[in-house]
Amino acid sequence: MKLGLVIDLDTCVGCHACATACKEWNASGVTGPLSDYDPYGAEPSGVWFNRIRHFEVGEYPENKTVNFPMSCLHCENAECVTVCPTGASIKREEDGIVLVDQDKCMGCNLCAWACPYGARELDETSGTMKKCTLCVDRIYDEELEERERQPACVLACPAHARMFGDLEDAESAVGETVRARGGFSLMPELGYEPTNQYLPPRSSRPIPTDDLPKPSTRDKVKEWTNKVVNR
Amino acid sequence: MKPAFSVILFTVASGAGFGLIMLAILFDLFGLGGGFTRETLLQAGVGAFVLITVGLLASTAHLANPKNAWRSFTRFKTSWLSKEGVFAVIFYPFFLLYLLGVYLGGGATPGWALAAGVIAFVLGLLTLFSTGMIYASLKTIRQWSNPLVPVNYLAMGFMTGVLLLYALGLGDLAGVEGQLGLAAALIALAAIVKATYYFWIARPAGPTINTATGFTRARVRILDPGHGHGTFLTHEFGYQPPAGLTVALKVAVFVLAYALPLAMLWPAAEAPGSGAMWVAAVSALAGAAVERWLFFAEARHVVNLYHGAQTT
Repeated sequence: MKLGLVIDLDTCVGCHACATACKEWNASGVTGPLSDYDPYGAEPSGVWFNRIRHFEVGEYPENKTVNFPMSCLHCENAECVTVCPTGASIKREEDGIVLVDQDKCMGCNLCAWACPYGARELDETSGTMKKCTLCVDRIYDEELEERERQPACVLACPAHARMFGDLEDAESAVGETVRARGGFSLMPELGYEPTNQYLPPRSSRPIPTDDLPKPSTRDKVKEWTNKVVNR
Repeated sequence: MKPAFSVILFTVASGAGFGLIMLAILFDLFGLGGGFTRETLLQAGVGAFVLITVGLLASTAHLANPKNAWRSFTRFKTSWLSKEGVFAVIFYPFFLLYLLGVYLGGGATPGWALAAGVIAFVLGLLTLFSTGMIYASLKTIRQWSNPLVPVNYLAMGFMTGVLLLYALGLGDLAGVEGQLGLAAALIALAAIVKATYYFWIARPAGPTINTATGFTRARVRILDPGHGHGTFLTHEFGYQPPAGLTVALKVAVFVLAYALPLAMLWPAAEAPGSGAMWVAAVSALAGAAVERWLFFAEARHVVNLYHGAQTT
C-alpha cells in the first residue's frame, strides 16, 4: 500500500483551508504542538505541515494563476529517511507513510537538507523535526465514521481539490483519477519517486468574445467621460 | 544556504587535526626525512587532539536537541552522518594508543603503537571522507552533490595538516627542500581541486522552477510564496550572498589558503626554525574557514524554487 494525496491544480482555489485544518488537527496530534513564534507580533512565523504557494504560468494573455499546495509527498525513495543518523525518520513498510519519531530526533536538520520539497520544518521549541503525518492518527481511527477517516486537509478542502487513497492500486479512485487526468510527480529528475501526485489544470477552450455586441458610439463616449471624471 | 559557524569551525578544525596526525603517523611509520623527534610527535598529537575534539564538540552545537545525539551512532549502514560519528569515536582509542607508544618509546615508536597508528590513519581518512559525503550525498544541492566535495575535504585536511606539522617540527627533518616539495604538492592539489570545483558549479544546472511545478512548457513565476514573514525553510535555505562578495571571497581563498602558504615555503627553506611555517599554517586555516563559509553560502537548495528562484 502506498497511501498519499492527489492534488488537483485545476480546482484548487488557493484558500489555505487545507493548511489551516492541518495545523488545527496536528497541533494536538502525534507530533504536536506545532510551535508558533511571535504569533500576534509584527513577524509571525511557525511550524506548518502544509504550505500553499501561488504561481503564474504562461505569458499574458495565455497565462493562468496556479495555486500550489505542498505537504510531505511520502516519497518511495525517501532520502530524508536514508540520511537520518538517529533512526528518528522512518518510512512505514505497510503504508509508505514517512514519520519522525519525536523521542529520537536530535534536530540536526540533515533530513530537511535532503528533502527537495520543503516538507520538513524544525520546531525550535522542541528542537525536533516535524512533518506531515498524513493524519496517521485519523485515517486508522475506528472511532471515527468511515468517511471521516481521511487526512484533515482532504476533509477541509471546499473545492474537492485533494484526494486521499492508495496510489499503488491502479484501480483505486485516486489511481484512476491520476491515470485519467495525466497526474504527474514533482521534480522526477531527482529520483525521489514521490507518492503524492498533481493533476494539471484542464485545458479549456477560450470563451469566444467576437460574437458580443460591439459598443456603440454613445457607450464609447460614456466610457471616455467616466475615465476623465475619475481622473 | 545559511552558513553555520559551528559547522565551519568543526570541519576546518577537525580536518586540520586529522590531517596533522595522519601525516605525523605517516612520517613516523616510514621515517620520512629521518623522522620527527619524540617532542614534535607529541606536540602534533596534542595539537591534533585539541583540534579534533574542539571540532567535534562544535559540531554538536548546531543540534537543536543534543540530548539525543548519542542516537546518531545507530544508523551506521545508511547515514553518512552516522558513519562520520562512529569513525570519529573509534579513531580516539587507536590515536591515544599511538600517542602513548610515542610517549613511552623514547624516540623510537614501538611496533604495537605504529600498528595502532596505521589503524588511526585509516579511521581518520574514513572520517574525513564521510564528512565530505554527508554533503555530497544530498541530491537537493547541486553545488554539493559533486565528487569533488569529499576530495576537497580530504585535500584541505591534508594541506592544513602538513603546514601545521612543518610549523611544529620542520627543523627536525633532513633534506628540508624535498620535504617542502611535499607541502607544495599538497597545496597545489588542494588548489586545483578547489579551482575545478568553482568552475564546475559556476553554471546553473539541475531542477528548475518548471520541473519543480511540473509546468515544463511555459514560463513560471511566483506570485506569492504563501507566508508572510519567513519560515524555517527560508531561514535555513534562503540566504544568498551578494555576487560581488563571493568573487572577493574566492580571491581571498586562493590568496590565504594557497598562494601565501606556498610563498612562505621559500623563507621556510632558508630558515626551517623561523616563523614562516606558522604564517603559512595560520593563513591556510583562515583561508580554509573562508572556503568553508563559501561552501555553505553558495549552496542553493532546490526548495528555493518554491520561493521564487528560477534555477539553482
